[in-house]
Amino acid sequence: MSNSKLNILTKGFFKENPTLILVLGCCPTLAVTTSVTNALGMGAATTFVLLMSNMLISALKNVIPDKVRIPSYIVIIATFVSMIDLLIQGFLPSLSASLGVFIPLIVVNCIVLGRAEAFANKNTVLDSLLDGLGMGIGFTIALTLIGAIREILGSGSFLGYHFIPSEYNMLIFVLAPGAFLVFGFVMAAVRFIVNKREEKKKHCEN
Amino acid sequence: MDKLLHISGSPHVHSDESVKKIMWSVVLSLVPALLVSVYYFGLPVIILTLVSIGCCVLFEYLIQRFMLHQKPSIDDGSAVVTGLLLAFNVPSNLPVWIMVVGALVAIGIAKMPFGGLGHNPFNPALVARVTLLIAFPVQMTSWPVPTPLWSFHFADAVTGPTTLGLIKEGGDLTQLPTYANMLLGQMGGSFGEVSAIALLIGAAFLLWKRIITWHIPVSFIATVFVVAGIFHLVNPEVYVNPFIHVLAGGLILGACFMATDMVTSPTSPWGMIVFGCGCGLLTIIIRLFGAYPEGVSFSILLMNAVVPLINKGFKPKQFAH
Repeated sequence: MSNSKLNILTKGFFKENPTLILVLGCCPTLAVTTSVTNALGMGAATTFVLLMSNMLISALKNVIPDKVRIPSYIVIIATFVSMIDLLIQGFLPSLSASLGVFIPLIVVNCIVLGRAEAFANKNTVLDSLLDGLGMGIGFTIALTLIGAIREILGSGSFLGYHFIPSEYNMLIFVLAPGAFLVFGFVMAAVRFIVNKREEKKKHCEN
Repeated sequence: MDKLLHISGSPHVHSDESVKKIMWSVVLSLVPALLVSVYYFGLPVIILTLVSIGCCVLFEYLIQRFMLHQKPSIDDGSAVVTGLLLAFNVPSNLPVWIMVVGALVAIGIAKMPFGGLGHNPFNPALVARVTLLIAFPVQMTSWPVPTPLWSFHFADAVTGPTTLGLIKEGGDLTQLPTYANMLLGQMGGSFGEVSAIALLIGAAFLLWKRIITWHIPVSFIATVFVVAGIFHLVNPEVYVNPFIHVLAGGLILGACFMATDMVTSPTSPWGMIVFGCGCGLLTIIIRLFGAYPEGVSFSILLMNAVVPLINKGFKPKQFAH
């Protein structure tokens, strides 16, 4: 794999992380990160949709008329979302119950549509596939990080395993305000690290 | 020749005011209320207050020194005021570690990320109080019954409802404290909010020192009184006397000491009145129709959010325009 291909894959992890740097897909980020399990499930589902839709849209980019591209993208994305929704309902009913409406809502997730619009309709199938995979993994990393902090502080557990007695749990982190707080601080921390690294790079180039 | 007229460069009149002086005056004005709380709730009050102040100052120092790499400015006393006000907003049997969390929220979330003193849009003590209330709903709403003696027990003090809690739950209204007790402070509640008289003495001191103006406290309390009064006149069975709404809960503490925070309140007199009325209206709406029995802290924070708009709307007219 050449260096640029690797770069397409890995840029979503950190440098162009869809949630923490591009600030896309805030709704699922804030809503489903109450536990690590939910975050991982949501991340995996979105990664699947992102991967498949990016691939198909890139393959069909010359066939889809420019004027109706957004509806066409939505139809393609909705197809994969329905697939993953039914799969989760069938095989992971408890995850389906806790994620609820947020799985169908992947259809209108900004990340999926954003990558289709910004990347897949301009690049080759392989590049789009890598981009979708990288962005999906980046999204999963961000969700898991936020989910882990919220679950540990809010419910005193990690992956459902309780290790902090319940009187030390801070309910706020399970609720919406905690989501905003953790999201903001994680975003600030990632920004800080990215800036530090860029500074260092510039310093080395000079 | 010693009658020469000396004219120095401008500015000519030097006011003796400084951030430091203002902050320490606010601390001084809160001392009467603190003494009353110590009398009613005993030793835990002293411990919680010291922990709260100490942690606020410590966190501010650590953040300024090691994260922002600034010269620490903890001697301006603003962290002490925040710590003191935060301590005033909790029940006296709160576990000490929750107080530490509160101090961290006040300084580490509400104050320093926005740029420190003068840049925080929300009152740090109130942000911390509301965060604690949502994070620890059990510990933050178990109110010890005041015992007007020097009691030295910690965890096993008797707890009871606050005045507003009793009203909210539709409890036995004959158990309400008398007006004299509400004025003096013998009622359940956060330990700084109980004594109306001690708080008003402090507020009078601040007014005399011209650190606060009358606009916010008067419009805040008057709005609560008038709106509660209207509801009481319409249906006295359901809505209690407006005097209870003024004296119970954190209204006087909030209106005199927290809504008037210079950083988070409007600058012009009319803006302050609008701000106070908004706080009062939100408070009474939350108290009468909301899920929580007390709404002072929420209403002040909500109005803090619109202060920039109020400031824009009530800009003083420029001379000769």
